[in-house]
Amino acid sequence: MAGQVQALRRRIRTVKSTKKIAKAQELVATSRIAKAQERVNASRPYAEAITKVLGALATNASVDNPLLVARERVQRAGVLLITSDRGLAGAYNANAIRTAEQLITQLKAEGKDVVLYVVGRKGVGYYKFRNRPVAASWTGFSERPSFADAKRIGDALIEAFEAGSGTDGTFGPENIEGVDELHIVSTEFKSLMTQTANAKPLAPVQVEQQEEKSSELKAAYEFEPEADELLDALLPKYLNTRLYAALLDSAASESASRRRAMKSASDNADDLLKRYTREMNSARQAAITQEISEIVGGANALAAAGSDV
Amino acid sequence: MANQLHVEVVAVEEKVWSGEAEMLVARTTEGEIGVLPGHSPLLGLLKEPSQVRVKLAGGEQLTYDVAGGFLSIDANGVTVLAESAVPATPESH
Repeated sequence: MAGQVQALRRRIRTVKSTKKIAKAQELVATSRIAKAQERVNASRPYAEAITKVLGALATNASVDNPLLVARERVQRAGVLLITSDRGLAGAYNANAIRTAEQLITQLKAEGKDVVLYVVGRKGVGYYKFRNRPVAASWTGFSERPSFADAKRIGDALIEAFEAGSGTDGTFGPENIEGVDELHIVSTEFKSLMTQTANAKPLAPVQVEQQEEKSSELKAAYEFEPEADELLDALLPKYLNTRLYAALLDSAASESASRRRAMKSASDNADDLLKRYTREMNSARQAAITQEISEIVGGANALAAAGSDV
Repeated sequence: MANQLHVEVVAVEEKVWSGEAEMLVARTTEGEIGVLPGHSPLLGLLKEPSQVRVKLAGGEQLTYDVAGGFLSIDANGVTVLAESAVPATPESH
């Protein structure tokens, strides 16, 4: 009996410390969501402005920039998967990886080779464990990505895209394993409760046309330098901006997902604590009751024996 | 409105400055350009690296060191977009 009480007491201690960890993670994640959302908002003016500018440019420049034109034959497709560096984020990584896998299956069914690019240790670990090749990976910033991170990824991807798969059997300059199209799998932050992983094409670039009054769009812009040259300079920037936005969105989703997971973990710990405490109390009470009845029984037996003598 | 120029300086990670100014001076790949209110629409790539100077109504001047930037002028004013824009230090003047 006493042994059972001890065991329960140990268990309660374990649950309590687990709960502390979960609670702390939950609080950290909550503040990270707010910060990530702030950064999403701060990056919005730039994203909107560059989209507007590109929209104006695309109507003026001849569309022959390699980043804009869809390749006739797509042999290899690149997939960029954004995951987190740390676990304990509920189904966040599982969902992102599943979405990427679906996309890969679909691309393969279309007869394309798939080249993988991965952001975040969890995604890298997943593919390493399965011995599947990853062309390039970037880790260490999933919770607070900076534009420099996005740029690093963007430069590598653009290089691969511009190299192309080489339809005539040649690899691009410096033997880069090029791709003919690029997709990105990231997690969209819809609300605190909903985050969905989805796949989007990244290149060839489709400039999102903004719905605006047509008079404003048709403003006759002058270009310095020429429109084509300007387009060459701006498209990589636009791509990097989209990457940065995806990284920020994913970071917010990661924190939201972690917060939810940790909240249910600490709620569950509360339930367990309640149950164990109750069990421990009743075990202790049972032990006491039994002890008393043994003493009383013993005393009675002694008294009965004494009266006989 | 006519004699004030609406200027926005926007970096990728944040909006750096926005407000009304007299004039904006920047250097594109083609050459230096001064923008006054009512300028015709223009898109320009800024020289790398370069400075953007915003002249305010009171004769004050704001200077930013800009990297990876470009410039968009439309009916609403001037927007300077940059990968990074930081207030210039006195030494870099």
